[in-house]
Amino acid sequence: MDFVLTPQQEMFRTLFKEFADKEVAPIAAEIDESGEFPLDTVKKMAKLGFMGLPFPREYGGAGADTFTYIIAVEELSRACASTGVILSAHVSLGGQLIYQFGSAAQKEKYLKPMAEGKLLGAFGLTEPNAGTDASNQQTVAVLDKDEYVINGSKIFITNGGYADVYIIMAMTDRSKGLKGISAFIVEKGTPGFSFGPKENKMGIRASSTTELIFQDCRIPKENILGKEGDGFKIAMQTLDGGRIGIGAQALGIAQAALDEAVRYSKERQQFNKAIGTFQAIQWMIADMATEIDAARLLVYRAAWLKDQKKPFGKEAAMAKLFASETAMRAALKAVQIHGGYGFMKDYKVERLMRDAKITEIYEGTSEVQRMVIAAATLK
Amino acid sequence: MKIIVCIKQVPNTNEVKLDPKTGTLIREGVPSIINPDDKNALEAALAIKEQQGAEVIVLSMGPPQADYAIREALAMGADEGILLSDRAFAGADTWATSCALAAAIKKTGEFDLVFCGRQAIDGDTAQVGPEIAEILDLPQVTYVRKIASINKEKIVVERALEDGYEVIETEMPAVLTAVKELNQPRYPSASGIVNAFEKIIPVWGAADIGVSPDKVGLNGSPTQVKRTFTPPVKGAGRMLSGTLQEAVQTLVQELNAKHVI
Amino acid sequence: MAVVIDKEKCVGCRACLGSCPFDAIEMAGGAAYITDKCTGCGACVEACPVEAIYRTDEQKKEEVSLDAYKGVWVFAEQRDGKVMNIAFELLGEGKKLAQALGVELSAVLIGDKVEGGAKELFAYGADVVYLAEDPELKVYRTESYASVLSDLIKAYKPEVILIGATNIGRDLGPRVAARIKTGLTADCTELGIDTEQRLLLQTRPAFGGNIMATILCPNTRPQMATVRPGVMKKMAPAAGRSGKVIRVQYKSGMDKIRTIVKDVVREAGRLVNLEEAQIIVSGGRGVGGPEGFAVIEQVAKKLGGVVGASRGAVDAGWIANSHQVGQTGKTVHPKLYIACGISGAIQHVAGMQNSGLIVAINKNPAAPIFKIADYGIAGDLHQVLPLFLEALEEKDNGKQGLAV
Repeated sequence: MDFVLTPQQEMFRTLFKEFADKEVAPIAAEIDESGEFPLDTVKKMAKLGFMGLPFPREYGGAGADTFTYIIAVEELSRACASTGVILSAHVSLGGQLIYQFGSAAQKEKYLKPMAEGKLLGAFGLTEPNAGTDASNQQTVAVLDKDEYVINGSKIFITNGGYADVYIIMAMTDRSKGLKGISAFIVEKGTPGFSFGPKENKMGIRASSTTELIFQDCRIPKENILGKEGDGFKIAMQTLDGGRIGIGAQALGIAQAALDEAVRYSKERQQFNKAIGTFQAIQWMIADMATEIDAARLLVYRAAWLKDQKKPFGKEAAMAKLFASETAMRAALKAVQIHGGYGFMKDYKVERLMRDAKITEIYEGTSEVQRMVIAAATLK
Repeated sequence: MKIIVCIKQVPNTNEVKLDPKTGTLIREGVPSIINPDDKNALEAALAIKEQQGAEVIVLSMGPPQADYAIREALAMGADEGILLSDRAFAGADTWATSCALAAAIKKTGEFDLVFCGRQAIDGDTAQVGPEIAEILDLPQVTYVRKIASINKEKIVVERALEDGYEVIETEMPAVLTAVKELNQPRYPSASGIVNAFEKIIPVWGAADIGVSPDKVGLNGSPTQVKRTFTPPVKGAGRMLSGTLQEAVQTLVQELNAKHVI
Repeated sequence: MAVVIDKEKCVGCRACLGSCPFDAIEMAGGAAYITDKCTGCGACVEACPVEAIYRTDEQKKEEVSLDAYKGVWVFAEQRDGKVMNIAFELLGEGKKLAQALGVELSAVLIGDKVEGGAKELFAYGADVVYLAEDPELKVYRTESYASVLSDLIKAYKPEVILIGATNIGRDLGPRVAARIKTGLTADCTELGIDTEQRLLLQTRPAFGGNIMATILCPNTRPQMATVRPGVMKKMAPAAGRSGKVIRVQYKSGMDKIRTIVKDVVREAGRLVNLEEAQIIVSGGRGVGGPEGFAVIEQVAKKLGGVVGASRGAVDAGWIANSHQVGQTGKTVHPKLYIACGISGAIQHVAGMQNSGLIVAINKNPAAPIFKIADYGIAGDLHQVLPLFLEALEEKDNGKQGLAV
């Protein structure tokens, strides 16, 4: 077992850290306040090849691995969780899905420009009545000669409105239940495909979250991924990978919380001493540091398994579950350590606490992760 | 056009701290980086490559781990990297270093430009660039803060002065040293990093560049270190207490009494 | 000179590992050993608690006749026909070295119609001035100046040459050192003489100012050193003092000069002469922004001083880098240095620790700057400085009241 990064991964981490510190961190508070989508940052990331990190060079990617991409999400999220999830949704839920399940033509048409950062991706599974019960799809797709006609809506879609390529699930044969769901590629601008307004969220406010609305939206029948009935399986497998990405995002948030807490503990003086000398604070810091390290090992291990092409579903669920709950606990402790200042928007920890919460919810709530882990363990 | 960029891997001296108890350097956990001025030189070479086409070769003299710095340069866009590494080179002062680098530069064949950083943040001498120029018998321009124009016959640059700058035109081939103001070094790209780790970086020793061991390294160094010590720390004075108003009053009185103001 | 660890004496305490500035010591089999990275500096010799490390003096490689080299020279940098202050500072230091060696002190003056500068050089201590004048030497160029200086060295054989560590000096010094194939030590902060061996002891900072090293150039001549402006002290000028002028002929076009100076541009904005300032008021990250420097400027103006800055403030873009004091900025030695909102990292301290009196103002009572300040106030500079200005006003008014 080797717990050390390779020199190549180290060089990547240095790049991501520098980019996060210089390009992402300086505007993070501002875009959180305004909710403005960081288009410029996405352009810069595209130029440097971040948007296609784990994809092979023949598909316009950088030819790195999942592990490297996970480090990117971690470092970006440490500076700004919104920026981290923009990348994560695009790579894990968008690009990865087409890479794994798309035809050669679909990869050429969509994956390549997505990997090159020319097109942004998004994934639409969740509906107003289909969250944890993802199989309860109301959106339908009906084959009409050479086209599928889609009707319905999706909700809480990351990168909504800004993404160019959307992979959405829709029911093609209700009688087959789970096996009646199919996956489709829908391009922005297709007639009948519109967006709801940007949601006004508690956290990751610069990430654009919208409804997707389909009203007699017609797409070429070639835009189905795999065949009819593959949709649910495609969605679940894609989410497995996406979980590692969210685990990395949560890890970045948690690390930021620890960094802030450590800095503040050394600077803040009460009773003529730095508060970091008091045991109450020390124990909080010790717990944060230990949990974050454990979360990191879980997330990295899941990424490693995926790169090794070994099964990773249970491990990815463990990573996402533990990292997200760690992030929430760490952010809460960080605010507490900051005392009154932690409640003020001038301090980063205030944002971290609001950002951390969503990691326990999306891409499978903590309850869903527990279901997945239990099912795998009790097999 | 062929441009040779000399880089050095250095500890990030901005992060080096002194152990307050022993007074010695704490070097653990201090990352190694490409010397900042060298990165500016590299960026300038890469910009010329983009604008008019050029082959950019990166050369570094150092221990085996310096090849990581060369890979960073390759990741930024350099075409080739060469590591000069040999026990014989160890302990070199600037003259011995320049001898080795100049010999290696000659070995690469015809070239148009040698670009160095002005100075390294560990040695802080700014001597290697001009010494290489002298050994190669080439014109030099130091403190280059802007490149106005460049072609195979001549180059026009701005050279920083303390209170302004000079516009200097020089024949090619030439040796230039870069300062921070010259440019903003680019990030390496993701595919740049992947490609960099697939390249082979040849390692040249003293025999490869045709220098005898007594002309390089510690043996070839006209200067030697007699001793090192930590600088005497100026002792602490007094903190002025009371309200800010009172502290300020005391300060003014003291400074007045000492005829400093 | 090699440094050796006696394996028998070594107790494996690892004290030497941390003392090595070059990472040249490693452990094997419970004992320390020195690797090829060693530069022979000897820092580990002093660090070893059981005296298991010692130096061996090696035989001199060649018998070089260095006796022919005598005299201390100073390169008298001139710009626009005016001799720069650094030349006088170097003469001040050069005088001490020349006296210790029992030799003459000379200055080298190169330019066009610069003969008038010789009088000043004599006044500040030179016994001899080597003068090379020619229209082609009016503006500094590497090749022409390097030619003149190298030829002078070959003809007159000085044993020590001091050059100012200015943009010109740092261009010229290494070129000449390489041509003569001798040693050059940059940015010396202290110079001394080992009279027995007639060696120049050259002390300079390394590793960003974290350690000091004393360098020797034992086997080649001249021993060359550059010194930063503001470090050495010039003597009080003795007006009317005279000396010998030795004219040197510059053969125009004698070396094909491959560089043309097309233009010299002085940039707008006050020339920030930190190195000669007697009072400096500096701002660091604590200033908070470019507007924050307004109060710093007010205080500097009131005291008749100059505004300085830490690297943090310059890198943040709040003030031009001509104001930067520190290891990568300027070295200063004013009689009063007021550091406002500066933490006191070694890189900054290295540039101002030789100030006469240091006053530090910082919100953080644990800031390292207070360890070297003569007076410290723990407070926000934006609150302290206005109070300071008021107090200075009162003092001046009070004084005026007493004046007769």
